[in-house]
Amino acid sequence: MESRGASAWRWLREHAVVIVGILVVLYMLVPILVIFAFSFNDPAGRYNFTWVGFTLEHWRNAFGIPELNEALLTSLKLAVLATLISTVIGTLMAMALVRYEFFGRRPANFLIVIPMATPEVVMGSALLSFFLLINTFSLGFETLLIAHVMFCISFVVVVVRSRLIGFDRNLEEAAKDLGASPLQTFRLVTLPLIMPGIFGAAMLAFALSIDDFVISNFNSGTTVTFPLYIFGAAQRGIPVEVNVIAMILFFFTCAAMGFATWQQRRAEKMASVRPEQEAGVGFPAGAPAAT
Amino acid sequence: MRRRVVPYFLLGPGAAWLLLFFVVPLYYMGKLSLESGVVGALEFDWNWGNYSDALQLYDAQFVRSFIYAGVATLAALLLGYPLAYAIAFKAGRWRNLLLFAVVAPFFTTYLIRTLAWETILSDQSPVVSVLDLLGLAPEGRALATGGAVIAGLTYNFLPFMVLPIYASLERIDVRLIEAGKDLYASATQTFFRVTLPLSAPGVVAGTLLTFIPASGDYVNAQFLGSAGNQMIGNVIQSLYLKQSDYPAAAALSFVLMALILILVLVYIRFAGSEALMGEEAV
Repeated sequence: MESRGASAWRWLREHAVVIVGILVVLYMLVPILVIFAFSFNDPAGRYNFTWVGFTLEHWRNAFGIPELNEALLTSLKLAVLATLISTVIGTLMAMALVRYEFFGRRPANFLIVIPMATPEVVMGSALLSFFLLINTFSLGFETLLIAHVMFCISFVVVVVRSRLIGFDRNLEEAAKDLGASPLQTFRLVTLPLIMPGIFGAAMLAFALSIDDFVISNFNSGTTVTFPLYIFGAAQRGIPVEVNVIAMILFFFTCAAMGFATWQQRRAEKMASVRPEQEAGVGFPAGAPAAT
Repeated sequence: MRRRVVPYFLLGPGAAWLLLFFVVPLYYMGKLSLESGVVGALEFDWNWGNYSDALQLYDAQFVRSFIYAGVATLAALLLGYPLAYAIAFKAGRWRNLLLFAVVAPFFTTYLIRTLAWETILSDQSPVVSVLDLLGLAPEGRALATGGAVIAGLTYNFLPFMVLPIYASLERIDVRLIEAGKDLYASATQTFFRVTLPLSAPGVVAGTLLTFIPASGDYVNAQFLGSAGNQMIGNVIQSLYLKQSDYPAAAALSFVLMALILILVLVYIRFAGSEALMGEEAV
């Protein structure tokens, strides 16, 4: 009897980390489940806070609110443009920082890190001050795009840079030995190999942009993005359709994430030319350790 | 010769964007914070009074912001470290799935996640009944308290804590931990003498990535707190966007940035800089 209690206690002690880990994961997933569940709710009034009854009505009517659609469309347009611009200029910056030794490299690194260490409310209010005082930009889509590209660049640089650091330069040497021009080498060897990194960076930029509220809140003027619509609607009651669209975005992002991981694994197989080198399981956030 | 120009050419567009739309705006915010007058007729006259006025008026919100952010960071560390540890060492083939679960909240909009907590903590919710039984929800209310704001901050920034800690744990050479055991260290001793020090860069990065956004946040206080739980972000937002008191708002924003910068620099002095700058920058 006592030994059974003792062994149960031992089991609990040995598995404590795992148990806590599982509880924390549940804690992280509960709000998502709540959002999902309440997308099927049939609220009595305007407030979707208490469970009333099950209905598929709001999934059927997902795109039935014109202002919400417009806000979503603005967000998508903004995110696509911000992703394109920040991915291109961020990738170029990452190339410069990893491949070249040059005067001003440290300040450049600092310039990239410091926006990530600044609270969004400071970035948002600084940009608004700037726009107010110079008076050449009118607040709206244009200023939103400027802001979104600004806060995406640093993240793109960090992700692409980690990919470039784990890069086997011998492959480029081989291409040159085989008579490829620098441009051909870049297009046919370098770019395909760092493509998963660039794709991961682009996905991150897209996610950051479409989810941004604080900086947009300061610089949107009268333009309404998806998060700004939710903020505005929060006071007068959020329509259930918002939950539906949030879940659609969620599933869409999951699919994109799955695709990116699959691509990355494929690229790692491609890149692991030396048989003794084992391709580690890659995750966008974790850089392959430089040897 | 051509090779020397190449890096500047690659760096150019991005650096220009960051200078023009991050650094220059900070200069303009500084200028705005020293102006006086009313909107439409603001004049620059080195009005340092904006700073002392704003700080005197809103010192409570400043203190509250740093307390809330500090507590949330500590809570995120206490929750996040075991999770990162479990994923790195115990998860086996579940590892990628668990990592996915950690980032999954990012796939739903930040505002909706916070509003989901408003649902979870609303008065009729079963969670609040349980909290009430445990004596954690006085008068059966969880919403509109400081605890709710801190819980929201902890939840929203937890992935920023977990991912860097996981990354540094994953890099640890397992043989070092085994060596600790071979040398007759207990599991606890091995953890505190070997594993924890080796994961320190991740802990430093994680605490910074949690504390910085948490101290400037105003979404959680807006949705989960009451008027008595307003943080400095709420004040800055309201002064800029509702009251149009730009000089005071700019002064507060500047002070917030300066305070965070000082805290971060002091913290890094004690904890090492490679975590923030990235190993290749050193």
